[in-house]
Amino acid sequence: MDREWVRQQEALCIEEQPPACTSACPAHVDAREIAERARRGDFQGGAAILARYVPFPRIIAHVCDRPCEGSCRRVPIDAPVQIHALERACIDNATSFPAPRRPTALRFRVAVLGAGLSGLTAAVELARKGYRVVIFETAARPGGRLLELPAGVLPAEALDADLRVLEMLGIELRCASPVAIESLTTEYDAIYLATGTATKEPLAIDPATLVTADPRIFAGGGLRRRGEPYSPIASIADGRHAAVSIDRLLQGASLTANREPPGPQVSRLFVNTDGVATVPAIHSADAGGVFTPEEAIAEGARCLPCHCLECVEACEYLGHYRSYPKRYVREIFNNDSIVMGQRKANKMVNSCALCGLCADICPEKLSMADVCRSARESLVDKGKMPASAHDFALRDLAFNTSDRFALARHAPGTTASAALFFPGCQLSASCPEEVEKIYAHLRERVPGGVAIHLGCCGAPADWAGRKDLLDGVTAGIAADWERLGNPRVIAACPSCARMFADRLPNAKVMSLWTVLDAIGPPAGARQLEGRELALHDPCAARYDTGTQDAVRRVLARLGATVRELPGNRNRTTCCSFGGLMSFANPEVGEKVVKRRIAESDADYVTYCAMCRDNFASEGKRSVHLLELLASDASDPAARPSPTFSQRHACRGQLKTRLLFDLWGERRQPAPPAPADAVALVLSQGAAAILQKRMILEEDVRRVIAHAEATGDRVEDPTNGHFTASLRPANVTFWVEYSAGATGFVVHNAYSHRMDVAAP
Amino acid sequence: MKPGLLCGRCHVELRPGTVTASYLGQSFPVELPTCPSCGRVYVPEALATGKMAKVEQLLEDK
Repeated sequence: MDREWVRQQEALCIEEQPPACTSACPAHVDAREIAERARRGDFQGGAAILARYVPFPRIIAHVCDRPCEGSCRRVPIDAPVQIHALERACIDNATSFPAPRRPTALRFRVAVLGAGLSGLTAAVELARKGYRVVIFETAARPGGRLLELPAGVLPAEALDADLRVLEMLGIELRCASPVAIESLTTEYDAIYLATGTATKEPLAIDPATLVTADPRIFAGGGLRRRGEPYSPIASIADGRHAAVSIDRLLQGASLTANREPPGPQVSRLFVNTDGVATVPAIHSADAGGVFTPEEAIAEGARCLPCHCLECVEACEYLGHYRSYPKRYVREIFNNDSIVMGQRKANKMVNSCALCGLCADICPEKLSMADVCRSARESLVDKGKMPASAHDFALRDLAFNTSDRFALARHAPGTTASAALFFPGCQLSASCPEEVEKIYAHLRERVPGGVAIHLGCCGAPADWAGRKDLLDGVTAGIAADWERLGNPRVIAACPSCARMFADRLPNAKVMSLWTVLDAIGPPAGARQLEGRELALHDPCAARYDTGTQDAVRRVLARLGATVRELPGNRNRTTCCSFGGLMSFANPEVGEKVVKRRIAESDADYVTYCAMCRDNFASEGKRSVHLLELLASDASDPAARPSPTFSQRHACRGQLKTRLLFDLWGERRQPAPPAPADAVALVLSQGAAAILQKRMILEEDVRRVIAHAEATGDRVEDPTNGHFTASLRPANVTFWVEYSAGATGFVVHNAYSHRMDVAAP
Repeated sequence: MKPGLLCGRCHVELRPGTVTASYLGQSFPVELPTCPSCGRVYVPEALATGKMAKVEQLLEDK
């Protein structure tokens, strides 16, 4: 993976951006966390957070000019969270504050001129780092403009309690000591000028670093805010910023690298406030506006709190890992960079549906699909892609491109085709008879001849990061398409349509549904007479408005009352087949399906066979649109999802039937194998085990045929069951069976990839 | 180990024996029910779907 590209993707995620209140605060106090602590009644914790950002928390909790509150996202809804009152509640109800630790003293000496909030803050921050600090103040007492405030605003006890930190840190405070700055330059390594509004502003204070024309003299606080209302929090912010600049200067570091200028910023954090309920601000019973603990808890609960997490809430996969894309991208990149050790994010990389919903939702358009796809391709390139993740799906692809299913021909009796029908592997596996009928309808209504192409579009290879395989599949399709005279492609499956649009740029690709919208449904299509159906758009049709509209028109023509599922069209969700999610991570796949099928009580209708079958597999009554047009079944929505083995069989039978019905050809049977003769008796439970463990009936047959022919099996005399195994390639299959009257009864089956052999 | 399992070919009871399990170039000795006569090894379901699957995953993620 390209480091720079990954860094750019990571930077797109804004979840770690500070919320608006923090950005609006010059000192960037984490007000969201303080509100959260207040909500939990953890006032001690809230006070500790405030103390982390401001060295004088009691003072600020009394006098802050609260620029945060005006930016609160609740302002347009009802009223801002009363952050300042929450800070006050935390301070009033906290029982203790952590005492500052005195670090080892450094040799550098710093002079601070002025004992207002700005100078005091710089002094404390520098002393905490070990600098020897002396404060020079012309007044008799420290505090600067704080001393002008009435006692009702700032009680002397709060001021005194906060200023004790000076003594704890060994800061020397020289009050009533007017001093000329020139006299300090030899004795002190750096000077912070914080002499307040009454002083003349030194020329040129760099707003980014607060350094003056003299590289060892810094200035900030009220002296650079003359004419502005007193902002205690801005003074504190300046003091902290100057302290960092002085520290950098004395440590020989860059004053500017990786820093933001002091003061308020504009938050980039996106917050969706749709549907946020109005909650009136809590009014304090106290005349001074001081909250009781109960009032503070209730007010703290008014904080939203601000987060983006739009994609995480919309996508089960992104929610499953309990974090957010910024961290995921980092984990995935670290996973990719490992040379020795465990790649712990492989499963995460392979669990994404690659459907792109996140990018549609993200305010910054970050696509986890792009990140996961790139990571998969990189794992494949390095030979580090776990075989188990995609092995089964790729074996299915091999089947679908083999002679057992693949077929590409002009319609019977024709030698040219204006169009080519590509039903896709999964529709052929789920609705083979309907595919045959709709092909007949297309031949009848579409002029110029309609060829048929059974096969795989290559999507599973693409999802597995197997560019090599994908190129092979595409080359095969392109060759067939050219041999058939470059007809326009009619794709029934939205994933196929997308693959063709991508991989066969010279082909005109249409969806079956736009064609049927134009030529009309086949005779015998179901009349729905107002039947209510909830429509699910497949994720591969996300931006295909033409197909989405055509499907709705076809349904309307059949007389359906269509209910739109939430987030349909461009915000639709994947059914868990996309990206081979359900193969790599069945647990997440199941969550995805269960969430989607809970969104309406009506029967679902869709136009992707895997969506239909995945919904059905979790018990949701679902139909494919093709079933409404061409199924003879009385209740197609009740049809269960076919198993993997049934899918194989259906595809093979479709090809056999087409060859016979259309061309009068009898398919040359493959050379008979002993396994073909093995008749299986599968209970529902046994079939479910095979499905869950992705074991095909043909694998089971082979194991039993081998065991019966060689006697290579284990017998359990307590029940007469045999257990046998066979390793045809990279997987060992085990089957527990017994001989029954009509065939071999399968009791259990399992597999492993590890090879086990007697030494 | 399940008692009394018999080798289908030799009709003798399987006995615990040390065999080699290998995957992705790594090998480990494992004690599994084995036919003392022909060496036929039996991998129980719980092992295949439990510990063995875990080790496979660990090795695949290496």
